Amino acid sequence: YAWDANEEYLFKAMVAFAMRRYSSKSTTQISNVLLCNVTDRVSFWFVVTDSSKNVTTIPGSEVEAAIRMNRNRINNAFLLSDKTLQFLKITSTLSPPVEPSTPAWLIVFGVVLCLIVVGIVFLVVSGIQKRKKKNKESTESENLEEKVEVTVTLENGIPCEVLDLKSGHVNGVFAADDERFTSL
Amino acid sequence: LSATPEIPKEDERPKWDNKFQYILSCIGFAVGLGNVWRFPYLCQIHGGGAFLVPYFIALLFEGIPLLHLELALGQCLRKGSIGAWNTISPYLGGVGVGSWVVSVLVSLYYNTVLTWVMWYFINSFQEPLPWSVCPLNENRTGFNKECYESTAVNYFWYRKTLNITPDITESGTLQWWLILCLAACWAIVYLCTIRGIETTGKAIYVTAIFPYLVLTIFLIQGLTLPGATDGLAYLFTPNLNTLKNPRVWLDAATQIFFSLSLAFGGLIAFSSYNPPKNDCEKDAVTVAIVNSMTSLYASIPVFSVLGFKATTAFWDCLDRNIISIINEFDLPEESIMRDNYTSWISLLNSSHPEKIAGLKLKSCDLQEFLDQSVSGTGLAFIVFTQAIILMPGSQAWAILFFIMLFCLGLSSMFGNIEGVFTPLLELQIVSKSAPKELLSGIICLISFFIALCFTLGSGSYWIDIFDRYAGSVPLLVVAFFEVIGVVYIYKIKRFSKDVKQMTGRKLNLYWHITWRFISPLLLLIVFMAFITLQMQKPPSYTAWNPKYEGFPMKEEKVYPPWVQAICVLLAALPCVCVPLVALFHLIKKHRSKDPSFVPPEIFSCQGANS
Repeated sequence: YAWDANEEYLFKAMVAFAMRRYSSKSTTQISNVLLCNVTDRVSFWFVVTDSSKNVTTIPGSEVEAAIRMNRNRINNAFLLSDKTLQFLKITSTLSPPVEPSTPAWLIVFGVVLCLIVVGIVFLVVSGIQKRKKKNKESTESENLEEKVEVTVTLENGIPCEVLDLKSGHVNGVFAADDERFTSL
Repeated sequence: LSATPEIPKEDERPKWDNKFQYILSCIGFAVGLGNVWRFPYLCQIHGGGAFLVPYFIALLFEGIPLLHLELALGQCLRKGSIGAWNTISPYLGGVGVGSWVVSVLVSLYYNTVLTWVMWYFINSFQEPLPWSVCPLNENRTGFNKECYESTAVNYFWYRKTLNITPDITESGTLQWWLILCLAACWAIVYLCTIRGIETTGKAIYVTAIFPYLVLTIFLIQGLTLPGATDGLAYLFTPNLNTLKNPRVWLDAATQIFFSLSLAFGGLIAFSSYNPPKNDCEKDAVTVAIVNSMTSLYASIPVFSVLGFKATTAFWDCLDRNIISIINEFDLPEESIMRDNYTSWISLLNSSHPEKIAGLKLKSCDLQEFLDQSVSGTGLAFIVFTQAIILMPGSQAWAILFFIMLFCLGLSSMFGNIEGVFTPLLELQIVSKSAPKELLSGIICLISFFIALCFTLGSGSYWIDIFDRYAGSVPLLVVAFFEVIGVVYIYKIKRFSKDVKQMTGRKLNLYWHITWRFISPLLLLIVFMAFITLQMQKPPSYTAWNPKYEGFPMKEEKVYPPWVQAICVLLAALPCVCVPLVALFHLIKKHRSKDPSFVPPEIFSCQGANS
């Protein structure tokens, strides 16, 4: 928006409003705020006079304090911010960033850690189960071997299991198909 | 009659599920953080595109031959590094022990770097990003002093993450948030390496492929950013004059060597799980080329983003100057824009020189901003994070970026841990009946407790020391002895017969020449040059000291003598293993006075089932 006499009027009104709120006197009028040295940059000097005492200006520190107290309202009246509406020599009070009760990173960390722990527990448990199964299988095969050793059937002096394990193709013609043979 | 074979002992040795898993693991091990944050930096400072010339020469004569050697060795002998070298010759067992020690040292500090990545990752889920704003000071009138004088990104890295001390001798306290992240990182490593390659083989599918996805996304995003073309032009414009500087050739050779993760023993461990008849020659060439291509591919998004950052900083500089000029001369808004800035400046300088001088305007030069080259952690945690803040949707970019870094580092950690794990398994430190999970758990737990000292205030200084001394010189020594050992002690005739048996082809002349002469010579030259460069000035480091006059510049300090002793110890410990073990066996032989070990001639790959 362009800076014209109406905006200047609004500015005077805001300063007067700030003085009124600060000192709780309702005597400050718009006519008490004087602007001078207005430039195209839109920068100017202003003073606030006290109408109760004749033509004296209110000390700068009071004006500073008043404006500081109402900075937000003044900014919003002009749709500007601390950076774009600058009062020289008035440092802005910065608002601290919103801090949640638990830092956000701790929550994320908790989630990640839970996932990891679940994964580790799952892998360890599955490893233990696999081992148990393998142990059971190996004890079963051990029992089987014991049984086999008890009955060692011989065939031509060679134990049958050795015959079975070594070479030997099953001759399909002599397949043990009982129906082929006439029953006795 | 074919005898039914007994259950061969080889079945007890774990195997890769398929060839792709093996190749991916090797690639993941080789492609690490260095491809992203060291190679682009080297390209930049050594004349852009011209650096590729020494880089590819080094790849051809040093990288590929050494890689092939290691893969063939592991596949032939089917043992981890210590077992393999003991088998070749007990006198060379020290080479295996040396590479094992290096793997241990590197695993310790490498995971702490991943801890930092994880810390940044879990902090990326906030709005606004915590490294984009400075915290306020006590009376809320301004920003924290340390943060204000440097930048918010620097503050977050040095204070909120590291809580760094101004000097390496001041240890500071343990940072509890880093301990938490360290525990999580070691837990992830345990989770993935719990059963050796059985589990890493599954995890590698994600950790090796995901970074490429993210790099592509960053590539597309990076190229659309303003100023990206400036960054890329700056990176790739070749300046052939730099090739006259021997430093460039040295950097290329060392970069290839360390980038391929040679001499760690991890590659030997990986290939030892292969079936004996596997084409290791093709594998080696594939892995080496993919590694180099990845480095090139990664440097494109990195430099687009750096160009964008430099351009933004340049614009900020201009804007600040414009504001001060407008304020001083009371000119209307938007009278001076970035494009007519220079004409305005010259106009005002001629009309009101004293006023301009009084303003103390900073000179804004885009070239200067582009010249600020950073590598290593500075690139990832300071420069890149600053660039990410400027992108729209910063949280998503930050999350993607840090997951990518984590995957890159994790896949390299797999190789490191495998280099530690496999020899221990074979040495049977833990009894055979104990599950593998126990051994990997013990390794991870012990490493976690030792790595706690890197979470102190001075931790990052110590990591720099480990990186510079434990992860550099010993590798060169081990690799040199590897080549000499295989070529001259094991005899290359026998080795070429073994390789022919594995790949089915006779060894090319190229391999003969590089293995016999070129690679050992290159390694020797690089080693000498490296040592000479280190000796030239007393080892120093840069410290972050808020009380320094030149703050925010880092203060240059010299290591105290006891720290220098530790540096020498770190570099010498793995190297000294090589002669020590040889000496030990020599003494044993003289003591027993009979050849109690199998002379190397009897052993060969064909009977490698023992």
